[in-house]
Amino acid sequence: MHNDLVLVLVVITALAFDFTNGFHDTGNAMATSIATGALPPRVAVGLSGVLNLAGAFLSLAVAATIANGLVETGDVTLTVVAAGLAGGIIWNLLTWLLGIPSSSSHALIGGVIGATIAAAGASAVQWHNLTSKVIIPAALSPIIAALVAATGTWLLYRISRSMTRAARGHGFRIGQIGSASMVSLAHGTNDAQKTMGVITLALIANGTLASGATAPFWVILSCALAISIGTYVGGWRVIRTLGKGLVEIESPQGMAAESASAAVILLSSSFGYSLSTTHVATGSIIGSGLGKRGAEVRWGVAGRMATAWLFTLPCSALVGAAAEGLARAIGTSGVFLDLILLAVLAAVIYRKARANKVDHNNVNAEWTGTVAPAETEPATAA
Amino acid sequence: MNSWINFAAIGKILVFGLIAGAGLPALFAIGMLSLSRGAKARTAGADSDVVVGGSVAGMVVAAVCFLVVLAAIAWSLYEIYKIGHPAPAK
Repeated sequence: MHNDLVLVLVVITALAFDFTNGFHDTGNAMATSIATGALPPRVAVGLSGVLNLAGAFLSLAVAATIANGLVETGDVTLTVVAAGLAGGIIWNLLTWLLGIPSSSSHALIGGVIGATIAAAGASAVQWHNLTSKVIIPAALSPIIAALVAATGTWLLYRISRSMTRAARGHGFRIGQIGSASMVSLAHGTNDAQKTMGVITLALIANGTLASGATAPFWVILSCALAISIGTYVGGWRVIRTLGKGLVEIESPQGMAAESASAAVILLSSSFGYSLSTTHVATGSIIGSGLGKRGAEVRWGVAGRMATAWLFTLPCSALVGAAAEGLARAIGTSGVFLDLILLAVLAAVIYRKARANKVDHNNVNAEWTGTVAPAETEPATAA
Repeated sequence: MNSWINFAAIGKILVFGLIAGAGLPALFAIGMLSLSRGAKARTAGADSDVVVGGSVAGMVVAAVCFLVVLAAIAWSLYEIYKIGHPAPAK
């Protein structure tokens, strides 16, 4: 009985993580389309939400578990999963508050690794695999994406240079909608599966499912819905940084960036070399700034992101380890205290974000170096 | 293959990424450019956002370009679906 209650709570926490995954990453697909006006902000997040839902059903290739090959799965208990999720959620919310796009997969992996270390020691982590499958790809993926996007941007401006500026903008805005849709679909395919994997892992840890089982249908459906609703709610703070903060984007750049992101994400998952959607999308947007002559990349903003990426694994691991340590110190009901603390912290962060709100009304306001635009109120909203 | 860096996978992602991620949008741009050929766009003025120029040959080229882009997208979605839903083992 006790265990079943824990299991239910872990599933709910996993879906909450999936939700933060969705809304943290809306910007990866839609930031450039919102910034160039190809789609009105609310239409963009709605479309992205629907396509994430569809994408989650498109492929179930990664139906294994996210921890597979990274930690000794024998050491993973329900409490470890809960603590790991807590680490992932806290990091996602903090970076969202700061408007920094950071990888949700890294946050989750970090949380699970931290919790596993606290539970079973550092030897339970497969460090070589962690380096070769997570850390090195994270360093390479933005470079690959930037290369593709810069090439695309250069080609698009070159090909369309004889057209009038307005006609070119019109045409590429249509192309942007298509390419951003592909990124949304790819995101649903990639990221929803990570939570499916976590819930399946929890079900196996609890003995509900046999080891090696695939995700049951209700798991697939609930994960697809959670990521889709999260996407629709829209992490406006992150969208703003990606669409306005990094590069001033025009529609040819937007189309090149989204096409590069979609291609690189889909190719990497089909070649079994899993890359973070966020790292790819950010690399693409920087590439679209590099590929256009005279465009400015705000390296200060990019540097802030890169710094956050370096801290994603260790910080979420620390939170995961702390949560696991706390749960172990208290005993059987420790996991409840963890989840209560998680809810309280989430509420605090949410309140802080409300204090200087970014939403569909001010997402495109002029970039003045801060995530939340200065309060000049409706007069500037044109 | 290096045990730290999977060069084979990275190489493939880069090559196919350039073809699909930069080549397809470039094809879309060529289609758009062909579509804009013709009298209508020339007389419309510098501020016009009219893309369709009215040349029949241009429209045909544009249609071919757009169809190839759509076909490539459809094919890639089918491939992903196939990976995700393997046929039952015989």
